[in-house]
Amino acid sequence: MLAMEYRGPKRVRAVQKPMPEIKHPQDAIVKVLRTCICGSDLHLYNGNVPDTRVGSTFGHEFIGEVVEIGSEVTKVKVGDRVIVPFNIACGECHFCRQGMFGNCHESNTEATAVGAIFGYSHTAGGFNGGQAEYARVPYANVGPTIIPAGMDLDDAVLLTDVVPTGYQAAEMAGIQPGDTVLVFGAGPIGIMAARCAWLFGAGRVMIVDQEDYRLEFARNYSYCEAYNFKEIGDPVLFFKKATDWLGADVVIDAVGAEAAGNTMQTITGRKLLLQAGSATALHWAINSVKKGGVVSVVGVYGPTDNLVPIGNVLNKGLTIRANQASVKRLLPRLIEHIQNGVLNPKALITHRIPLEEVADGYRMFSAKLDNCIKTVMIPPTANHQ
Amino acid sequence: MESNKINTPIDPKQIKGWGIDADPKNDPTYPMRQPRMNITQDPDYKHRPESLQPVDTEVLRSVERPNVSAVFGTPEPPKGLSGLIRRAAFHFSENEYAHWLPLLLADRVDVVEGVLDDLVHGKLPNIYAEKGYPVEWKHNRTSLILKLTTVAAVATGALVLLSSNGKKSKKRKGYRSAYYDDQA
Ligand SMILES: NC(=O)c1ccc[n+]([C@@H]2O[C@H](COP(=O)([O-])OP(=O)(O)OC[C@H]3O[C@@H](n4cnc5c(N)ncnc54)[C@H](O)[C@@H]3O)[C@@H](O)[C@H]2O)c1
Ligand SMILES: [Zn+2]
Ligand SMILES: [Zn+2]
Repeated sequence: MLAMEYRGPKRVRAVQKPMPEIKHPQDAIVKVLRTCICGSDLHLYNGNVPDTRVGSTFGHEFIGEVVEIGSEVTKVKVGDRVIVPFNIACGECHFCRQGMFGNCHESNTEATAVGAIFGYSHTAGGFNGGQAEYARVPYANVGPTIIPAGMDLDDAVLLTDVVPTGYQAAEMAGIQPGDTVLVFGAGPIGIMAARCAWLFGAGRVMIVDQEDYRLEFARNYSYCEAYNFKEIGDPVLFFKKATDWLGADVVIDAVGAEAAGNTMQTITGRKLLLQAGSATALHWAINSVKKGGVVSVVGVYGPTDNLVPIGNVLNKGLTIRANQASVKRLLPRLIEHIQNGVLNPKALITHRIPLEEVADGYRMFSAKLDNCIKTVMIPPTANHQ
Repeated sequence: MESNKINTPIDPKQIKGWGIDADPKNDPTYPMRQPRMNITQDPDYKHRPESLQPVDTEVLRSVERPNVSAVFGTPEPPKGLSGLIRRAAFHFSENEYAHWLPLLLADRVDVVEGVLDDLVHGKLPNIYAEKGYPVEWKHNRTSLILKLTTVAAVATGALVLLSSNGKKSKKRKGYRSAYYDDQA
């Protein structure tokens, strides 16, 4: 089968690989219909996630058709079309039973701090991902959710990560009606977080990025104010002034470790790898939130350390909430929102390319070429579906 | 509704879905509304899935857990020099730099091993294509040219430096450091 393959920092290609096999009675094999490239893939692509092995296949955002099931699989059958949440979760452990499907304890042997994620290095369990024609999906009784009749496949594939993550970013922020919400990052996640902030009753939503085309998109899609951090001087000071010198009630970090905007952070974090990526956005978030406010972090960092002004968290009495999105937990509500026309995820997709062009797809998304926001890849076997 | 072309704050109530999840009763979610569970509240906290994936490949296990998880990924087991480094890294807990930094080193070694592996299999990796430069050429030519020229300049510089050092040391019939040469 055709699959994306990692060869080294910023080097990927499409190659023929053996078909995935059932390894556990709760496994299913899924024929991939749509798969996306995500901001999280960029941490791998740039070679910043420890234990990213050459030859791995990335891809944690995919939907597909079940083509084979293990002996204990009862919730899906061959022929079903399913949304596959990006987290691999057993549904039974101490954490899954608390709804923490992003923190399952029975799917990743390599790191206890990290849940298992498809195609996301051995630090996240060593599973091959869905940027391929077929993928092994463990715990098929738990994660895979049948795509509701009539749902567009492009909406479905964004339910694997972007919609739940954006929504959870807003949810973790504990937004109270009337709150001023500030979102760092106008990638797919930040755009979705800004859109979802309104669902929790936000009174004002602002988004920050350095890419004008993304800001323009966010302004229209998320109905928010949008600011380019390269044009506003010190962003913390700017947002203090914009909020009557108080700061935003809640701030969302939807940037993570590839952040730009501060030379010292970029050099120590992204070039020298002395910290786990650059923490510029988180730094700004902590400093621009109001005293007593909440910083909600979905931008990905780690697993090693980052330089952030933790003293200000203490002095300002802040709450920090962060997690990998618990996709499975949120799916029922988000499917409803899409069916009722409250959310329109597929509008984020700007590029559709065949899986064969994966190397170009990564470069395009990473270098933000051709006004790219979200890229969906279509494997050859799924061409006309 | 109308798109927001300039940064004018808008009336949120116009936005479809405004406030529909503001009421906690609508919120299906943890951890916002439900308290977490401790082990007294969850006496079955050690529960594991009944079937365990047979360990038929080398899985590196974090020393912070007692067992291999019920499922795990099987591709790309550790091999070669990078594999040796990875195995060594897994002697240390996730709390230690001695765990993570060697893993990053192993990743870089793996890249070199990957190129060698390609060559052994008679395949010359098309690095230009793998890096997605064709699409950068199409959409952002200036930056690509700049990038490639910088790489070429640095590489040429390094070559010139190395070869001139080489010549000097030959003349002196023995190894001298560049620093020593400068002082001489
Ligand atoms: N927690 C989760 O479950 C989860 C899930 C998916 C993605 N993520 C993470 O969310 C983050 C965003 O993902 P994405 O797909 O939108 O990525 P993306 O790369 O498309 O978007 C990130 C955006 O941040 C902008 N940016 C860079 N530095 C900035 C700064 N200092 N301030 C403001 N904006 C800045 C970039 O220009 C870019 O537009 C990534 O870190 C990704 O790993 C987390
Ligand atoms: Zn993702
Ligand atoms: Zn679990």
